[in-house]
Formats: sequence, structure tokens, C-alpha cells
Amino acid sequence: MYKFYETSFKSQSLTLKEKFQGLSFAYLMFIFILAAIGVVMLYSAANGHWQPWALNQLLRFLIGLGVMLVLAMIDVKYFMRYAYFFYFGVLLLLIVVEVGGHVGMGAQRWINLGFMKLQPSELMKIAMVLALARYFHATSLQNIETMRGIITPLLMVLLPALLVMTQPDLGTALMLLFTAGAMFFAVGVQLWKFGVVLLGAIISMPIAWNLLHDYQQNRVLTFLDPERDPLGAGYHIIQSKIALGSGGVFGKGFLKGTQSHLNFLPEKHTDFIFTMLSEEFGMIGAIFVVLINILILAYSYAFALRTTSYFGKLAAVGLATNFFLYVMINIAMVLGLIPVVGVPLPLISYGGTVIISVMAGFGIILSVNINRNINIGKD
Amino acid sequence: MNRDNDKGKVLIGRSLILAAGQMLLLIVIIVRLYYLQVYQADKYKTLSDENRISTRLLVPPRGVIYDRHGEMLATNRQNFQAMIVAEQTTNVQETLDAFKKIMPLSEAEEERIKKDLKKNRSFVPIKIKDNLNWQEVSKIQLNAPDLPGIIIDEGLSRYYPLGEKTAHIIGYVSSVSEQDARAKDDPLLEVPGFKIGKAGIEKFHEKKLRGKGGNLKLEVNAYGRVMKEIERVDGIPGERLDLSIDARLQEKAYDLFGEETGAAVLLDVYSGEILAFVSTPAYDPNQIAQGVSSKEWAELNRNEHKPLMNKVLAGQYSPGSTFKMVVALAALESGAINPQTRSFCAGKMFLGDHAFHCWKKEGHGYLDVVQALQHSCDIFFYETAQKVGINKIAEMSRRFGLGQKINIGLENEKEGLIPDSDWKRRRFGEPWQLGETLISGIGQGYILTTPLQLATMTARIANGGYNVRPTFEKAGEKSKLEKMNISSTNIALVKQGMFDVVNLPGGTALRSRFDFNGLKMAGKTGTTQVRRISMKERQSGIVRQEDLPWKYRNHALFVGYAPHDNPRYAVAVLVEHGRSGSAVAAPIGGKLLLEALKLDASSKPVE
Repeated sequence: MYKFYETSFKSQSLTLKEKFQGLSFAYLMFIFILAAIGVVMLYSAANGHWQPWALNQLLRFLIGLGVMLVLAMIDVKYFMRYAYFFYFGVLLLLIVVEVGGHVGMGAQRWINLGFMKLQPSELMKIAMVLALARYFHATSLQNIETMRGIITPLLMVLLPALLVMTQPDLGTALMLLFTAGAMFFAVGVQLWKFGVVLLGAIISMPIAWNLLHDYQQNRVLTFLDPERDPLGAGYHIIQSKIALGSGGVFGKGFLKGTQSHLNFLPEKHTDFIFTMLSEEFGMIGAIFVVLINILILAYSYAFALRTTSYFGKLAAVGLATNFFLYVMINIAMVLGLIPVVGVPLPLISYGGTVIISVMAGFGIILSVNINRNINIGKD
Repeated sequence: MNRDNDKGKVLIGRSLILAAGQMLLLIVIIVRLYYLQVYQADKYKTLSDENRISTRLLVPPRGVIYDRHGEMLATNRQNFQAMIVAEQTTNVQETLDAFKKIMPLSEAEEERIKKDLKKNRSFVPIKIKDNLNWQEVSKIQLNAPDLPGIIIDEGLSRYYPLGEKTAHIIGYVSSVSEQDARAKDDPLLEVPGFKIGKAGIEKFHEKKLRGKGGNLKLEVNAYGRVMKEIERVDGIPGERLDLSIDARLQEKAYDLFGEETGAAVLLDVYSGEILAFVSTPAYDPNQIAQGVSSKEWAELNRNEHKPLMNKVLAGQYSPGSTFKMVVALAALESGAINPQTRSFCAGKMFLGDHAFHCWKKEGHGYLDVVQALQHSCDIFFYETAQKVGINKIAEMSRRFGLGQKINIGLENEKEGLIPDSDWKRRRFGEPWQLGETLISGIGQGYILTTPLQLATMTARIANGGYNVRPTFEKAGEKSKLEKMNISSTNIALVKQGMFDVVNLPGGTALRSRFDFNGLKMAGKTGTTQVRRISMKERQSGIVRQEDLPWKYRNHALFVGYAPHDNPRYAVAVLVEHGRSGSAVAAPIGGKLLLEALKLDASSKPVE
């Protein structure tokens, strides 16, 4: 428990040692556990081999760990100071991708940096949160409650969301919109405005439906009725549910998931890795993973709540929500609760940019926590 | 400043709501996990097993068929087959075209392959060609890069070592027809390439020979590829069959016919075991088991020598003079004649103003029943038949197995025909004519018998009147035979006549006699007209059988047994359009009986 009157008089900056001592080691432990589970599952996905995924994943996690620790050591005020700069930089990258990015998976999402492929849309998730946090930090509640006050932040959200959607990457675009929505809600935008947007969304649904690509339409239709196309698009959901259900309470055992190892389960190393985990370790393993994620989420909110600065609070809430959306969308998808959208399970699914972007998010949340007693002005 | 405080409070309040909402959603996930992994676990476990476990039938080896001495008559041979797996090639047609460049495929074969491909899932291998020799196998392997999806498989195929010589006994196996498969009584029938007995013993003992399919449970991956064996339940191999046939006699009998068309049966007169059973010409069962084209099949059907017809039991012929023993016995048993009764043969006799001829124009003079049999005098049997009447002759015929199916298990057996007055009334609505009785007395007219029936008749005479039944079963113990109620003296008289036919000068089969260590044969020849020789032809002098077209020549028959003193074997021989019983049929019967006796002698242990 900190005492408000003590901190008010503290210096505006901490030493590196103080910062390091401010790290939440429980939080780090949860992250390590998730990453370890990820490596183990990727080892299984390759039928008990470190190649081609497990070792790579470990390497990327270590890079991510470096990124996280570096970011955790940075003063929160710098995040705020450079928030717009970062935001416009990433927006520029998104436009570059749109104009001539690397073509992969039928969608232009990457910029090839040589040593790794950069996905600007992943960076945008952080950049948008920071930019919005800075905007709302500086404005007043009256302003937030007026129409004029939320036009700028709305543009800050819709611009990148549209760019990502045209890539086309519906999953990421929706995550941007949901994260922003949560932040708008948190800062106090009136509920009736959400009602209006919801109503508008329902009314414009038929138009949006026509704008969706065929494969996106199929995913929605297949979600509503997986048996519609049991060998095609519905196959993923059906096989995923079979794998999960057949895992039972205790699972079939490490490396013994028949659905996964006999290739009935598609994309078992990426989007459907949670399914494989549930098949091999059963409900016990699956709930354990969900609980770790709940703990990370709970800690993130706790950090947000005990931070003094408005920017820190809101940034942490935004990043926590972003993390929650990854977990929720991925698991709900493999459980057949929502349509198949390509969203990975953070730290467990194979994939480089996601690890880095999620770890960067954790780094900023940690920084918020470390600098919780430092006040930030309205500049 | 106050407003700023409100702003902070709103953020904290709403953040708490957000946090609570997000936790709640994650709890929903946990509930869903419970629902899928506990509540519905059994359902999904079943579905998962259905995914990964593929059950395949193990085809059991078909039972081997042996002759009485353990010689193989039908067996299973290693067979290399070229198969195509549709999923392993991008273009089935291209692969087939490439294959055709190496080895030609007939249109019918290609059609069958495409049909099989359509019927089965893409990872099921479909047979392209089987019975490949080593050269062909290596040729395919050499060209493997051009033949994606083609694999060489080792299987078993049916092989008949004696080929056409046993074709009409063993029959053959062939592909399951849609009609067979509809029965659905055995899942083996749905295995691609499975073959079942379609004729002969292969068909009759199908259930025994087929065995029971085993089960192989395999773990397969999503593409149907086999990962490992989970469980193997071996099937039951088909039972072996031991037939009464003696392969050596069977071959001998077939060879004796040479180019002639006909049938021969050799029986053990006590056990009824069939030692040889040939119908010539025959077909090659190996070729049919491998599959023949419809053109080849049509050719077999069109052939005027009828290779597909089992003449032993599906061929119906007038018995001619071989019927005279039955007429004699009917007369002796009814008392119409006695051993001393004589007839005078002047070469012809009259009934009303219709003349009945003896085969010997100048006549035989006075003859008793034994002499009448020896010389095969027609006049004697016209008169005898007239005395005893058609109904008694018919009754005696039936007691000797004529005019009815014997049922030895082969298909298409014919009953033959033993006419009597009732039959005629039923059939034509007319009363029986005395002239018809006379003609029946020499085995002509309406009477039809199969060679198998004649062999049965001969065996029953030879064994002294026991109702032996022919069989392909190898007799374990001597089966009990019932004595037919016929006087031994009368049978002995008939047998004496048959002995004289072969062994006394003037006997019609004198040229075929033999004396093997004192063992001799008895028999009776028969020659039956296929069509009447017209007066015009008789006058123009074309009477020589050799000068007639084949299909107008007389049928030649011979029945016999040996040894005369202690009969063991009975034989019946029919040569279609063989011209003369004594010249063509009797030598075949004689040589076959002699061979049987010789083999007996050689197999006796040396003391």
C-alpha cells in the first residue's frame, strides 16, 4: 500500500536499480509459464522435435523478453511524449504495406526487414492505445462527453482500422476497434453513444456483409452451421471440437493427441494450438492456461488501478484489453463459440511479431506499474 | 480541478467494470471447456476414434483342393499386381496413359479400372493388371518416375495346375458380380478384386473354401495413410478339400480323347467315388480366373464343340445299345423271359407293316439273352421289349439311376428322360405306341441319359445290384450300400453278356479287350444315330461315317467295368459324333480301366 502524501513529494525520476526492484516478479512468472507451455506445445506439434517451431519460438521469446525489459525500464512520461510520433510512424508503415508490402497468405501484412518480417498492424495495437491514452489524458471529462471531443480519437481509431481491414485482416481490425471501444468506455463516453454505434452497425450490417470477402462470408456462415461444409471450411471447427472433447478431463497425454498428430486438426501450431493442448492435457491443462491468463489480466488491471497518472492507467487498461482480446477471440474460436478469425493465442501460438508485440505491451504495463507514483502533467 | 477528480473516478469505475466483464467472459470459456470435455467427452471420443481408426478386411487364403493322393488341383499362387492409388497421382488419366505405353490395356480393363476408381476412396489401391511376371514388374519399377500412384502389390491368385483337364470338375473363381454382392452376407464380397467360385466344386463348396475374413484395425492419419497397426484379428483360412479324383486317371482320361469331343466318368463301384470325370473340349480355368474379355467369352460360347458345357452331366444322349442291360434285367426280373428264352434274328422284323432292322443286315440267327448282349442283337431286344412293356423297362431304368438327377454338387445337371405311357399321355396327350416300345428296347427313341447316369448304371450292375451313388467326396470309411431288390442270378447273366462283348469272338468290343495279370474287362458298346440316313444317300452309297460332316456322324458310347471277376471300377464313355462305339468309345473306356488297374497294382506295398 502506498501513501498518497509520500509520493507527491518524490523526485520525478527513478534510478535503474529502483526500477528493477519495482518489477512484479509474479507477473513475470506468469509470462514465463505461458511461454514455457507454448514451447512445450510446439515441441509436440512437431511430433516431439525442437524443429521447426519450438526452438525458434524460444528464441523469439527471448528477444521479446529483452524488448519487454527495456520498455519496462523506460519512464512512462516518455511513452506519453512520443505517443503521437510513434502512432504516425506506424500509420505510415501501414500505408507502405498497403502500397507495396510483402505478399503473404493472400493478404499484404508484412514489411520484410531482412531478419524478420514486420507486421505494422501488430505495432498499431500498441501505438493506438498509447495515442488514445495521451489524447484522453490531456482532455477534460466535459470535452469527452461532447461530440466534438471524441471526433479526433475516433479518427485515430478508424484510420488504421480501415487500413488493416483492406489488407484484408478482419481479426486485427476488429481487435483495434474493440480495444478502442473499451478505452472509450473507460474514459466515460456516454453509454447511449455506444447504443447509437451498435444500432448503426446493425443497420449497416447488410452493406458490410457485401463488403466482406467471400472467404470471410464463408467463415461466418460456416460458424453459424459448421455442417454446411464439413470437408471444407467447417472442417476446422468440427475437427477442433472433436479434438477438444475427446481430450476429456485428463487428456490423451503429451505427444499422444491423435487428432493433432494424425493431422485431423489443421493449423495446430498456430491458431489451433489451444485445441492440441486441450486434447493432450485435457480440461485440467486447458483451465490451467485460462487461469494463468486470468491472473495476468487481473494483475494488469491491478497495476492500472494503483497508478497515479491518468495516461498510465488508461494505457494499462488498453493494453490489458488488447491482451484479453487475443486470448478471448482465439479460445472462443477454437471452442466453436465465434467464427474462425486468424487470431493467435499470445505466447503459445507460433509467430514472431505477436510475441514481440505482446511482450512490448507487458513491458509498458510493467513500466506503468514501476512508475505508479510519478505524476505526469497535461503537456 | 474538481472535474479532473471526476475524470479519474470515472476511469477507475469503468475500468473495474471492464475488468469484471473480461473475467466473466473467460469464466464462460471455462464453462464451455467443461461442457465439451466432460459433458460431451464420450461423443467426441467416439468421433475421434472414427477419425483415426480404419478397419480393413483381411482376405483369407482360399482352401486348396487336392485329389485323393494329395495332388493339388486348385491352389493359390503368388501374384504380382500393378495397382493405382488415386490420391498419389495428380492426374489418374495421365498415369494410366503412361502405363499403357509400357503395357497395353484393353478397353474393357480400362473401363473396369475407372469403375473401381469411382467406387472406392482415393487411397484405396485399385488393380490395374495382375499376374505380372518378373520382367513386367521390373519394367514398371524402372519407369516408376513416370508412373506416379502406381504400386506393385503381392497377392494370391487362384491357380489350377491341371488347367483345362480338371476344368469341368473344379470350375473356376471369378469377380464378384453385383448380384452376388447384393446378398451382403459376407463383407469379403465388397473387397475390390475378391473372387468367388462361379462354377464346379469352387462354386459348390464356396462357403468352405472361402474361409472367414479377418480384421485389421489401423491407425490412419487425416489423409488416410496408415500410421500403425492397432489390432489384428486373423481370419480363418478356407478349408482344404480332398476330392475322390485321381489326378493321374483324370489326365489320362482327358488325353485319351485327343481331338474328340465327349465325356467320360470313372467310378469306384462300391464307394461311388469319382476317380476321373472329363468333358472335352474344356476351357482354361486359369484364363477365366484372370478375366477374359467378352469377345473371348463369346467365342467359347459359339464353339460347336461346346467347351463350356459339362457333357458328363449336362449332355443328354440316347443310350443306344448300352441300355440293353436294363431291358434285359427288366425282362428277366418280370419273368417275361428266362435265361433260356431265345429269339430268332433274321436281320429285320415287322410290326404291322413297319419293318424294324437289326444293325446286322443278314441277321444273328437264334440267340439267348447272353448272346444277344454279346452281339448287341437288336431283334432280340425289340421282341424282349415288346414282351416286358415300356413301363417295366422305365421302372428298371430308374432303379439304375437313369432319368433323374444324381446331384453330385455341380451345376446344370440334366435329368435325362425315361419315357413311359403316363409320360407320353402327359406330354403329347396321346397313348403309347407299341413301336415306340420296340425302339426303346434298343435305347433309342425318346430315351435320353447323361454319361454320369450311364456310369452309375454300370457301377450298380458291376457291384451286383447295390445302389451306389457317385460322389466327389473322398470316402473315409466304406459307406453302407443298400442292395437293390434284383436277383443276383439275373445280374450275373447280364454281366456274363457284358464279359462276352469284350472277350469272346463276335463281341462288339473285342478289339479293346485286355488281360492284365488275369484281370479282364466287361462292357457294352453303343452307337446312336444323330439323324436318319436317307434312302437316297443309302443308294448313292454315302454311308461311310467318315464321309459325313462331323455334326451328322453317329455318337459313340461305351460302358464297362473291371476286373470282371471282382469288379472295382466302372466307366462310361461318350464320344460325340464318334462314329462307332466299338471303334472309338470302347478303346477309351478300356484304356482308362486298364490304367486304373495298373495304378492299383503299382501302389500296392511290396511284401
